[in-house]
Amino acid sequence: MTASTAIEVKNLRVRRGAREVLHGLSLSIAAGRVTGLLGPSGSGKTTLLRSIVGVQVVESGSVRVLGEPAGAPAVRGRVGYMTQARGLYDDLSTRENVSYFARILDAPAGRVGETLAAVQLEPLADQVVRTLSGGEQARASLATALVGHPAVLVLDEPTVGLDPQLRRHLWDTFHELAGAGAALLISSHVMDEAGYCDELLLMREGGILARGTPDELREAAHTPDLSEAFLRLTEQADQPQGSAA
Amino acid sequence: MSARSVTATAARVLAQLRRDPRTIALVLLVPCLLLTLLKYLFDGQPETFNRIGVPLVGLFPLLQLFIVTSVTMLGERTSGTLERLMASPLGRLDLLVGYGAAFALLATLQATIVSTFALTVLGLDTSASALAVIALAVCNALLGMSLGLLASAFARTEFQAVQFMPAFILPQLLLCGLFVPRARMASALEILANALPATYAYDALDRLASDGGLGPRGTLDVGVVLAVTLLALVLGAATLRRTTA
Repeated sequence: MTASTAIEVKNLRVRRGAREVLHGLSLSIAAGRVTGLLGPSGSGKTTLLRSIVGVQVVESGSVRVLGEPAGAPAVRGRVGYMTQARGLYDDLSTRENVSYFARILDAPAGRVGETLAAVQLEPLADQVVRTLSGGEQARASLATALVGHPAVLVLDEPTVGLDPQLRRHLWDTFHELAGAGAALLISSHVMDEAGYCDELLLMREGGILARGTPDELREAAHTPDLSEAFLRLTEQADQPQGSAA
Repeated sequence: MSARSVTATAARVLAQLRRDPRTIALVLLVPCLLLTLLKYLFDGQPETFNRIGVPLVGLFPLLQLFIVTSVTMLGERTSGTLERLMASPLGRLDLLVGYGAAFALLATLQATIVSTFALTVLGLDTSASALAVIALAVCNALLGMSLGLLASAFARTEFQAVQFMPAFILPQLLLCGLFVPRARMASALEILANALPATYAYDALDRLASDGGLGPRGTLDVGVVLAVTLLALVLGAATLRRTTA
């Protein structure tokens, strides 16, 4: 594991019920970059993210985060996790939610205000979460993941259902965090968000179908359109060995 | 265990309660109303009201904290907040003790109001001191909480969680000796009653009401209540898994 590798997954197998969801998956995620995890619903993105934050029962293989086994006490405080369900106490205000996570993470006193400012929720901070719009709740959820100043941020579909302007703003925020040295792993099933990422992992049916920068994937598929590139890469993988173009 | 995480959790739970004044009002006032109802129900036999008054004051928290805890913990499990907490440095014991501290405070408030109301307004005639009744009520609240925590692991919806009250708690209250002396029940029921924790909670309160103190037997009863509380808490903690399938 090099100094800049934040997450290292080797031969990860996960079974949920009778079905094997991840089939011996391996990957590494660099620090200081925004890595997009893209793939259709049901391809195993959430299971992979849950394995990385250490809340998934794993059949075999290893997941190491910042050099420690995933979910080890030493690493839990350094990983920010935003679930697809927003994971907020909706009867509390945003400030109360963020403050609770700040205290668990032993973040300094001024950190709550800073984080609320970073997600542009200061004016609404004392409003009960239940009364916020979907986009505001997403930002509140992101704030609870950011408040501990994590070295690794794992975000499960953070921009789903948000308007384009807000999505753009959040992606800018993600790049600022990566610029400050954090590793970001962000899942999405919306292919048009792929262009915002430094690095892409395309998942399909519990495995990694393709990886590379957006340009590398465009080149490999011979198309400037990333959505089209993913379709072509999927088709190539589906074709029998030898008959691919 | 971290004192910071425990107090943060207790403060968060109390903040949630504060945001729900209707629940607080119901928890505090419903027992007063029910006791008033019973006093006039037994208008012609005040000795019956005096016999069951103290046990009822002490058993209300068991009933209500069971419901409050099972619904609240189910909410943590289904809203995604529990998953985020399990990915954070928060210890499972921190979470449980934090809940216990917050709910014990609620139970103390309830028992104080209800016992004062029963002793003064309703003229409940007993040799038990209000302070001793409150102390037992808090023990019973913790029993209700730990049973509720355990029950929440077996409920998938709030509907199911609420139905656990008539399934698990009501039979215990019917069998504990409050309504019919256990010696007059069918012997199979008497044996069953001796295996249920509410029986010991009732016996301690009954002894307090008639003798004004616990004595060695009553102390043993309280010991049984506390031991079952601890056992249910340990089993409940085991159902709060950091990793899930």
